[in-house]
Amino acid sequence: MKDIFLKKQILKRPDELKRHYDVVIIGGGSHGLATAYYLATHHGITNVAILEKSYIGSGAAGRNTTIIRANYRTPEGAAFYKQSVELYERLSGELDFNLMFSQHGHFTLAHSDRSLVVQQERAEVNKLLGIDSYVIDAKEVKKLCPQINISTDVTWPIQGALYHPPGGIIRHDAVVWGFAKQVTRAGIEIHQNVEVTGFDISNGRVHGVKTTKGDVSCGVVLSATAGWSSIVAKMAGVPLPIIGSILQAFVTEPVKPFLDKIIVSAQMHIYCSQTDRGEFLIGAEVEPYPTYSNKGTFPFVEYACRHVLELFPQLHATKILRHWTGLCDMSPDYSPIMGLTELDGFLVDCGWGTYGFKAAPIVGVTLAELIAKGKTPALIEPFKLDRFYTDTLVSEAAAAAVSH
Amino acid sequence: MLVTCPNCGPREVQELRCAGESTTRPKTTPTQRELNEYIYFRANEAGLQREWWFCRACEDWFLAERNTVTNEVSRTWHPARSPEGSAR
Ligand SMILES: Cc1cc2nc3c(=O)[nH]c(=O)nc-3n(C[C@H](O)[C@H](O)[C@H](O)COP(=O)(O)OP(=O)(O)OC[C@H]3O[C@@H](n4cnc5c(N)ncnc54)[C@H](O)[C@@H]3O)c2cc1C
Repeated sequence: MKDIFLKKQILKRPDELKRHYDVVIIGGGSHGLATAYYLATHHGITNVAILEKSYIGSGAAGRNTTIIRANYRTPEGAAFYKQSVELYERLSGELDFNLMFSQHGHFTLAHSDRSLVVQQERAEVNKLLGIDSYVIDAKEVKKLCPQINISTDVTWPIQGALYHPPGGIIRHDAVVWGFAKQVTRAGIEIHQNVEVTGFDISNGRVHGVKTTKGDVSCGVVLSATAGWSSIVAKMAGVPLPIIGSILQAFVTEPVKPFLDKIIVSAQMHIYCSQTDRGEFLIGAEVEPYPTYSNKGTFPFVEYACRHVLELFPQLHATKILRHWTGLCDMSPDYSPIMGLTELDGFLVDCGWGTYGFKAAPIVGVTLAELIAKGKTPALIEPFKLDRFYTDTLVSEAAAAAVSH
Repeated sequence: MLVTCPNCGPREVQELRCAGESTTRPKTTPTQRELNEYIYFRANEAGLQREWWFCRACEDWFLAERNTVTNEVSRTWHPARSPEGSAR
């Protein structure tokens, strides 16, 4: 009995940095950790260091609203996210860590004819790729989610929704810890409180990284630094088409469970779900100006409450418990930027904006394959940085600007 | 967060629109690379950044210098009414 309550330290802290690693991953968020995990498990590459300037999960990985779904708008995007959802479905067992993934269904509400057309288009793309996703009318919304207010005496009455049954929420901290546990077991070093401050570059190739704990040489560097990507890439002299902003969210005090669905309103720019702890988790879209300031704003809370109360008037007396923000690296087409750059040995994983958490496992699988084999996997070919020089963008705005 | 419109004075940020960092236009016949750098790529500075703002009240454009880490706006000016204009 006693050992159930024994504090097990799952994360062994490595000592000094070694002088050389085959692969250095900058950023101990969900993407950096997932890439390390698949480098070890799929390719047996374990002379790897993850360098994290703060603690693992201190960035967006520990701040996101954990929506996992595959109902994207473009065939490239939808096919990619579909594989990630499937990996997440098996991940608790694989990592031997309960990630509390609950797939209870995801609604993208439409409040106008135009919006219904967009949702219909998404449903068609999804159907072709074998993704469970279809449009329903307001009555069916009410049947599947009896708690929602479909009356017409509101600002934007509900006309219907894109319904995505496998959409769900997960415990984000557990994803971070689960990956970290297995990565450490595989012999990969996670160095927290080590910030990358520069690179050793010559002849168009990166040979090592400079850090606050000394320099190390390496074969390949992956920057998986999300909201900090522009800063890190600038040190390597690689320009990025990224604008940083913040996304905010808040939770209410816990109440008895009464909502098992995820509700997103594309018109009102808000979304909500109820966590396993009973809190209502509510978010909106990014602040409309670039910033690195993680200070929450009052207008966001006011705006989100006003609109959520139209969908769930029952919440009118519920108090707000916590409110926080996280940095988001927004790309021009709302699609990620992954893989090789013009600097040899320097790989990026960014442009994840407000939607990257759901992609962590497939990012890990594909980037690990790219690092191990040196060839870009077909699944992430459309997302290379080069597309901004060749005008081959993958516009995901219709499915990713508000739903995260 | 307050931003001072040169015409209307200090305003809550919701009354204005940030149009992003100010960039340098490429020459008249740019290569595709130069053009795409101008359209898509951004410095995304963590620190002092010069940017374009639009005031919804007076519907005028102006320039601002803002620290993106603290959101403090140190200076705003109207390019047409300032000797430095919009030059960098
Ligand atoms: C409020 C909010 C809600 C969101 N909701 C969702 C959602 O519902 N669904 C979804 O799919 N996505 C969502 N996202 C987006 C998602 O969280 C991110 O896209 C994703 O987490 C980014 O990948 P990551 O976890 O690897 O990033 P992060 O966790 O941000 O990891 C980057 C790490 O790099 C480290 N770092 C930076 N610079 C350096 C340096 N120089 N040296 C060393 N380390 C460095 C940082 O400290 C950080 O830990 C949301 C984001 C926010 C902020």
